[in-house]
Amino acid sequence: MKIIELEGVCKSFGKQEVLKDVNLSLEEGNTLVIVGASGQGKSVLLKHMLGLHRPDSGKVRVLGHELGKASERELKEVRKHFGVLFQNAALLDSLNVFDNVALPLRQRTSLSSKRIAERVHELLEMMDLPEAHDKFPAQLSGGMRKRVGLARALSLDPQLVFFDEPTTGLDVHKSNEIYRLFHKTREKLGYTGVIVSHDVPKIFKLADEVALLAERTIQVSLPPEKFQISENPLVSSFVNTTMGPVYISENEESRIS
Amino acid sequence: MGPVQALGETSLYYINFAGKMTLLLGQCIWAAITPPYDWRAILRQINFIGARSMGVIILTGLFTGMILSLQGYHLLSQYGSVSALGAGVGNGLIRELGPVLTALMVIGRAGSAICAEIGIMRNSEQIDALSCMAIDPVRYLLAPKFTACVFSMLLLSFIFDVVGIFGGYIVGVALSDVSSGSYFQGMADAIYFSDVKMGLYKAAVFGIVTVWIATSKGYFVHLERLGGFGAEGVSRATTNAVVLSSVSILLWDYLISALMI
Ligand SMILES: Nc1ncnc2c1ncn2[C@@H]1O[C@H](COP(=O)(O)OP(=O)(O)OP(=O)(O)O)[C@@H](O)[C@H]1O
Ligand SMILES: [Mg+2]
Repeated sequence: MKIIELEGVCKSFGKQEVLKDVNLSLEEGNTLVIVGASGQGKSVLLKHMLGLHRPDSGKVRVLGHELGKASERELKEVRKHFGVLFQNAALLDSLNVFDNVALPLRQRTSLSSKRIAERVHELLEMMDLPEAHDKFPAQLSGGMRKRVGLARALSLDPQLVFFDEPTTGLDVHKSNEIYRLFHKTREKLGYTGVIVSHDVPKIFKLADEVALLAERTIQVSLPPEKFQISENPLVSSFVNTTMGPVYISENEESRIS
Repeated sequence: MGPVQALGETSLYYINFAGKMTLLLGQCIWAAITPPYDWRAILRQINFIGARSMGVIILTGLFTGMILSLQGYHLLSQYGSVSALGAGVGNGLIRELGPVLTALMVIGRAGSAICAEIGIMRNSEQIDALSCMAIDPVRYLLAPKFTACVFSMLLLSFIFDVVGIFGGYIVGVALSDVSSGSYFQGMADAIYFSDVKMGLYKAAVFGIVTVWIATSKGYFVHLERLGGFGAEGVSRATTNAVVLSSVSILLWDYLISALMI
C-alpha cells in the first residue's frame, strides 16, 4: 500500500519557485531518503508531507488523506501516526528535556506519571542522554538537541516517521549509534520513514529508496544500488561529488544491472 | 503600484487578519470552556498573569483612590457636600477606573509577555512541532491563558477597587475632615448592584480583549505586515499588541458604559 503519494506538487514563496512538479511515492514499511544540495527545498518538501505547507497545485496524499485540502481536525487525526524531527529540533524551550520528551505521552496517552517517567528514562537512555533530564534546550549542544528531538519523535511508537537531518551535528560514533537505533526500532515497529540527510553514503544503508531533489524537483527515486549508477546527469554528478567514483566501478555496475 | 491598489491591498490584508483573529477567538473560547481542562497550566498562568501583577495593582489602586479622593474633596468642599466623597470615589473606581486601569496594567505586564512568548514559539517552529505531535496548540497553549486572564482580570479589578476605596479613605477621612461614617454610608447609598455588574462585565470583556489580542498577535506573528521574522518581528508584534489592546480597552469601555448606563 502506498503510504505517501505526491503528484505534481508545486510550491512558490512569493516570486521564488521552490518546488515544481514533484512526484514521489512511498510503500508501507519502506524508508525513503531524500538527498540534495542545501537550499534545494528538502525541508519544504517534508513540510508538505506533514501538512504544514499546502501545495499551490498538485496533491499530497498521506495515509490516504489529501493533506492539501484537509481540515485541521483531519490533519490532527493523520498526525497521530507521525513521529517528527525538525531540522532545528524545535524543542519547547521553556520545558526541560524530561518534560519535552514526556509531552506527547502526557498529552496523548492516559499513562500514569510513573509509567511516563519510565518510558522517558528508557528513551533518553537509548539516545545516550542520561544526565540531561533537567537541562533546558538552550543549555544543550546542537547534537544533544537533535537526540532529544529524536527521543520525543519516537516516544509514541509512530507508524510513520519524518526525520529532517537526524545526524547533522553528531560525531561519527553518535551518528552510527543513531543509525543502529533506527535499524533496531524499524525492525521492532516496522515504521515507514522519510529521512532527509546529507550523510551520503552512510545513510544509504537505511534506505529502500533514495530520491534526489535538484532543480526544484525530484529527479529520481530509486533503490540505493540503482541510484548510485543512475544515468541521470544530475544524479551521477551528485553521486560523484559526494561519494567519489569508487562506487561506480564496472564490476559493481554489471553485478547490479 | 498605484495608490488605489495599495489601499485595496492594505484593506484586504487587514480584513484577512481580522478574520483570522476572529476565528482564533472562537477556537480559544471553545477550547477554554470545553473539557479537558489543564488545571496545572491554568494555575501557572493565573500565577503569572494574576498573582505577580498584584503588587503593581495594589500600588496603582492605592494612588488612584488617593488622587480621586483628593480631587473629589477639593471639588466637593466648594459646594459644601463633602459627604458625597465616598459615593464619588466608590463609583468612579467600580464603574470605570478599576477595570480600565487594571486592564492597562495587565496589558503592560502580561499581555506583552504573552505575545512575545507565543511569537517566539511561532518563529522557532515550536507551534508547528506541537501540531505535528497532534497536540492542538490552541488547546495546549492558548486556552489556559484565556481562562487565566479573564479570571485574573476579575480578581485584580476587585482588588484594585478595594485598595482604591481604602486609599480614598486615607486621604478623605484620615488626612481631611470627612467622617468615616459619612464616607462609607455615602458609598453604600450610591452604589447599586448595576454598578458592580457594570464593573464585572467590563473586567471580563477587558480580560478577553487583552488575552485575545496578545495571543493572536503572537500566534500570527509570521503574518505581520512589515515582516514578523526573528527578534525584531516579535518585538514589533508585541508593541502593536500593546497599543492595539490599550486602545481597544478604551473603546470597549465607552461601548459598555454607553450600553449599560
Ligand atoms: N517559509 C518560507 N518562506 C519563504 N521562503 C522559504 C520558506 N521556507 C523555505 N524557503 C526557501 O525555500 C528554499 C528551500 O529551503 P529548504 O529549507 O527546504 O532547503 P533545504 O533543502 O532543506 O536545505 P538544507 O539542506 O540547508 O536544510 C530556500 O531557498 C528557502 O529560502
Ligand atoms: Mg532543510
